[in-house]
Amino acid sequence: MYAIEVEHLRKVYGDVVAVDDVSFHVASGECLALLGPNGAGKTTTTEILEGYRKADRGTARVLGQDPGSAGLEWRSRLGIVLQSDRDLGDLTVRESVHHFAGYFPDSYDPDKVIERVGLVEKAKSRNAKLSGGQRRRLDVALGIIGRPEVLFLDEPTTGFDPEARHEFWALIEELKADGTTILLTTHYLDEAERLADRVAVIARGRIVACDTPGNIGDRSHARAHVSWEENGHGLSKETTEPTLLVQRLAERFGGEVPSLQVHRPTLEETYLELLKNEGES
Amino acid sequence: MSTTLRIGRSRILLELRQFFRDRESALFNFLLPVILLVIFGSVFANSEIGFEDVTFTQYFLAGMIASGILYTSFQNLAIAIPMEREDGTLKRLAGLPMPKASYFIGKVGMVFVAYIAQVILILVVGVLFFRIQLPTSPTHWFTFAWVSVLGLLSCTFIGIAYSVVPKQGKGASALVAPVVLVLQFTSGVFFIFTDLPEWMQAFASLFPLKWLTQAMRSVFLPDGAQVIEASGSWQLGWCAVALGIWTVGGFLIALRVFRWAPRGQL
Repeated sequence: MYAIEVEHLRKVYGDVVAVDDVSFHVASGECLALLGPNGAGKTTTTEILEGYRKADRGTARVLGQDPGSAGLEWRSRLGIVLQSDRDLGDLTVRESVHHFAGYFPDSYDPDKVIERVGLVEKAKSRNAKLSGGQRRRLDVALGIIGRPEVLFLDEPTTGFDPEARHEFWALIEELKADGTTILLTTHYLDEAERLADRVAVIARGRIVACDTPGNIGDRSHARAHVSWEENGHGLSKETTEPTLLVQRLAERFGGEVPSLQVHRPTLEETYLELLKNEGES
Repeated sequence: MSTTLRIGRSRILLELRQFFRDRESALFNFLLPVILLVIFGSVFANSEIGFEDVTFTQYFLAGMIASGILYTSFQNLAIAIPMEREDGTLKRLAGLPMPKASYFIGKVGMVFVAYIAQVILILVVGVLFFRIQLPTSPTHWFTFAWVSVLGLLSCTFIGIAYSVVPKQGKGASALVAPVVLVLQFTSGVFFIFTDLPEWMQAFASLFPLKWLTQAMRSVFLPDGAQVIEASGSWQLGWCAVALGIWTVGGFLIALRVFRWAPRGQL
């Protein structure tokens, strides 16, 4: 069962092709991260799925329905966290979350949601007075209050400090454990690696790779970089068989290899390599 | 209760909170008529309008109540909605399982409640400090009620429609306040209407404010004072026709032009 199905999606603004030909599926309960540079088509793709924009070509299905024509019952099963909102400034956190709970037939308990996003101490503060990270957490609270089956998160942790980011990740993992399907767009590769079951890299309006964070871009088969120290010199070697090399080194040194490091490309390096091959960076 | 009405009621409360907490809106849309009444009432305390001993303050009070209709509905919405379009409010709402009608119920409800509170404040200040006599006959209060309702509805719809004119939330007040001021100067709010040049009177007759001020004078001035009106009568029938046309026309235009997203989106 797919919660989100996208086939050959295309969207053009004037003579700018924002989304060229995008296809992907997100299974029910899965978390897919959309990665890509600014202007690659992430937000346009997401906004088509959220029903904000109409595609020029191709099909999109969210929970089995066309977002362009689906009704309010369908909307009540979605949660949307948009980028950089500045609305609701004159209300308090508590008033906002309680008010938004009223739109949904089966919302979470508003006070529990405030607790989950870590805003209990700010519950009586005006939203305009929140810091960037606190404001983002409020947006997340308003996105999840309706107990969504599908949650869209557009750069949710921008402006978070490291501690807040880890708390946020734990929250998203709880939602995943509850079976929520999540489409995440982010610029943080560690966030994608931690949360996503699969990542899709989008560049110039096309998906250039889509796989698990461990396998994307043939990462698991990529050459490893082994480095060590010998006779006071730093030595290194690229190899497809790092285990064999380390074993030989261990035999040669008769035990510990000085300053041994085995490095496989990180998700970030793989991502940048993928974009480089696409002429994006 | 249907979902549309339930959410609409919840939005009225939310809208009112935001209306009164936003200092600019509370001052500009809510308190301004009272402030102007105190200033004009004090400056022109002894001037009369030429009928018995009716004072300019009495004449001005009718104009301020009519202006209050324009402030709480047209001026309020034509400034607030472009801000909502820019700061993400409308986009967020469009993504919720909210019946679109609930949003407009929220706006209309907010306008009505704010206006009622404003009128009470104007009348209390008028009675306490400027010896304003309140009408005693039910007929006058009935006129007051239907004129207020038609005035609020027409100016609310026009405000919603006008909200597509400002391209940005920031400059909205500069595009709205002059419209309100010009209408006030030409509609017999700051000057006695019959003292204005005839072409100006004719111009003002095209818009709701002239009819609102005239109808409010019929409520708050003695009946005999209608001899000093341009036509020698309060013209309540014509007032109903003019406000009715603006209400229906405003509704149809608002329905046609209202946008949830900023220009170039959606």
